Amino acid sequence: MTASAPALSGLFDVAIIGAGVVGCALARRFTLAGARVAVVERAADILDGASKANSAILHTGFDAPPGSLEQACIAQGYEEYLRIHPKLGLPLVSSGALVVAWTAEEEAALPSLVAQAQENGVTDVEMLSHSAMRDAEPGLGPGARSAFRVPREYLIDPWSAPFAYMLQAIENGAKLLRGAEVVGGRHEGHWVLETTRGTVSASLVVNAAGLWGDVLDERLIGRRDFSIRPRKGQFVVYDKSAAALAAHIILPVPNKVTKGVVVCRTAFGNLLVGPTAEDQEEREHATLVPETLEQLRKRGAEILPGLGAHAVTAIYAGLRPATEFKDFQIRSHEGRNYITVGGIRSTGLSAALGIAAHVERLAGLTLDAPSTPVWPTVSNISEYAPRDWEVPGHGGVVCHCEMVTRREVLAALDGPLPARSLAGLKRRTRVTMGRCQGFFCSAELASITAGRLEHDMADRIE
Amino acid sequence: MSLPPEVDVVVIGAGPAGLAAATTLASVASVLVLDRENCAGGIPRHCGHYPFGFREFHRLMKGPDYAKKLVDRAVKAGVRVATGVNVVELEPGPRVGVTSNAGRSHIRSKLVLIATGVRESSRAQRLIGGDKPGGILPTGALQGMVYLEGRRPFRRPVILGTELVSFSAIMTCGHAGIRPVAMIEPNPTVTARWPTGIYPWLKGIPLHLSTDIKRIEGRSWVERVVLEGPAGETVVETDGVIVSGRFLPEATLLHGSHIERDPATGGPVVDSYGRCTDPAYFAAGNVLRPVETAGWSWAEGRAVGKAMCLALENALPARETPRLNLVGDALAWAIPQHVGTGAEAALDRLQLRVTRPVRGRLSMRVNGVEVASRRISTRPERRITLPLPHRSGSVEIVLEEE
Repeated sequence: MTASAPALSGLFDVAIIGAGVVGCALARRFTLAGARVAVVERAADILDGASKANSAILHTGFDAPPGSLEQACIAQGYEEYLRIHPKLGLPLVSSGALVVAWTAEEEAALPSLVAQAQENGVTDVEMLSHSAMRDAEPGLGPGARSAFRVPREYLIDPWSAPFAYMLQAIENGAKLLRGAEVVGGRHEGHWVLETTRGTVSASLVVNAAGLWGDVLDERLIGRRDFSIRPRKGQFVVYDKSAAALAAHIILPVPNKVTKGVVVCRTAFGNLLVGPTAEDQEEREHATLVPETLEQLRKRGAEILPGLGAHAVTAIYAGLRPATEFKDFQIRSHEGRNYITVGGIRSTGLSAALGIAAHVERLAGLTLDAPSTPVWPTVSNISEYAPRDWEVPGHGGVVCHCEMVTRREVLAALDGPLPARSLAGLKRRTRVTMGRCQGFFCSAELASITAGRLEHDMADRIE
Repeated sequence: MSLPPEVDVVVIGAGPAGLAAATTLASVASVLVLDRENCAGGIPRHCGHYPFGFREFHRLMKGPDYAKKLVDRAVKAGVRVATGVNVVELEPGPRVGVTSNAGRSHIRSKLVLIATGVRESSRAQRLIGGDKPGGILPTGALQGMVYLEGRRPFRRPVILGTELVSFSAIMTCGHAGIRPVAMIEPNPTVTARWPTGIYPWLKGIPLHLSTDIKRIEGRSWVERVVLEGPAGETVVETDGVIVSGRFLPEATLLHGSHIERDPATGGPVVDSYGRCTDPAYFAAGNVLRPVETAGWSWAEGRAVGKAMCLALENALPARETPRLNLVGDALAWAIPQHVGTGAEAALDRLQLRVTRPVRGRLSMRVNGVEVASRRISTRPERRITLPLPHRSGSVEIVLEEE
């Protein structure tokens, strides 16, 4: 259904299609630059596509192709995250990474990777002797041959970060339209986007539609410069008891297709193993495959033999919007006031703020930035910083595994960017995401959230 | 409500085991029971159906009535019950760290009882494939929704598992007007004992044995499941998946604590008095092992409570250290892990389970000499017991399969 009445009134400077991590960062950047911004999102809540599943690492970009747009965006995004995270209340967990070689071939590739890191400006990487590697990570499996350390790779919260970007955009005037799919549009002096909830008018359109980027280009400008080839990544998340097994992010030596299987702690105190890299046509479903998850467990136990004794807490799968090209696909279409931001694969979380800065430069808008922008802070849900349950008046703990309080749940259902789906509530609070996966808290949560989500968890028994 | 800084005994968990122990202890000590839920009573409070209470009150009761009676009896005995309190750390001393709406605090005591019960294992732990839509719940969550909140998450779910709790799920569904469309069991036989095995047919629910859920499908909510069984793949249209059974002790508190955990049970390592490796800490009920009935847990709580009364008078024998050894890969676990001679034991017999359906000869050897044996033909989740040995030494439990 297409409504022709305006869904958001007035003419915006920028309309951003897609509220993934890139769309959120773009919304923040343009708003802080003084633009009137509208964000149009197909799903009921933000971060519902490619951004819902990643490895939750802030990368330095040490292994990105030198001279690539991806490398430049990661480097700039990384720097900006380090600068703004305290002001937004976002976590930053120091861990560092070890790139570990498991075969003679991988070992032979280490010096060139170190050189590549240097070239990318990550100058503090260091080769470790075998014994230094063992000292750094005593839990590594016997197959580990040698490694180098990237000291300034961090663990971050993959959902609070983009949530904070979008929140800051909204608090500084941006409008977010959720549950609105862009079905068409025309450029007649300015853009009129037709969405399933009505029209949105803007001078400039930025396509940040992730897994649907090529489809959107075709719909709006009648051409596609790339084709999305979704690459599925499955992950296994282990119990918090496993987090003590590895201090560093354990990275493999990357090959041409993928960065490979990572083992690392998460900001939430768990330990994850993944992702796989499986090309597929399907853009909606990231299907979990038990055999593959078993293989990940096996690989995890080769990397960290102690892992075998720990329980699995969660399993998940995501799709990265890969294309036939290796680099990001970001281009401004001359004379059309239209910018495509596509092919943002696995490094989107690290690169998002840098991508936003790059796109702002491409747009070249002349604007008056607000002199005193609002800096909202988000509630910390990282295990490595003080939590709400430690502060009186929290109303009791609802989710006992992740220690999520009633006050946190109510706050996430309220405010300028309230959760509109259970998945969105989970991403904001971690409720039901722990060991018991909802055994204890689902019932109470069904009552707290009744009437407030797109799909109620349960209806009333008459 | 403020919590006292010090009591004689802290009991963690207001379910049948914790309340029974607390009631027993109240005659000799000041007892504070802490529960993280907003209402005391434990899991039976969530089970609005029969049969509860026969062992304790000599009549059949529904879960919530039974839970209320246990709470009333404890309070009448002088026990203080504090709800909405999460214990967040166990320290030597003993001292427990807690949080409630009033914030964080610590409580010192002479003894602590861990009686935190069990939960079911999740879809993730079972590595069930497919999408991750809404509508996938353990039985515990379903019961909470139906009996505590008056809500219904789906209309025509499938049930995975055939343990006792799986049949409890059918009863819960019946109460809420939910009609399960299939009951699925990976093993060739129903896990729970007859006559519950015929219950699905009584309710007209197709039972799929030797069948597993290959894939769950649905974007925002469950739409169908793909089953893999003897007839190959079949698709069942459904709007929910009840992932039932395969219980695990809710022993989160032991992680990172100084108290030893048994990887086989998932619960604490205890001796025949229910004492943990820190003898100021005891444990009783389903946190010891997955899984027993409410009545069993209640009796166990009472027995461990009696042992704790003796401990308060320094009248318990010193902790014995010989560790039980299991021989035979079908043996899942056995408690108590540290076996005494059985004199005045709180855990008055060895409790065991198997990992798969087995037949064979189960025997106990003390210092290499066989002291007891019996034939067994059993399945996972079913209760197996052996008497405690009458003499001390190194104890082995041996299963020779036929």
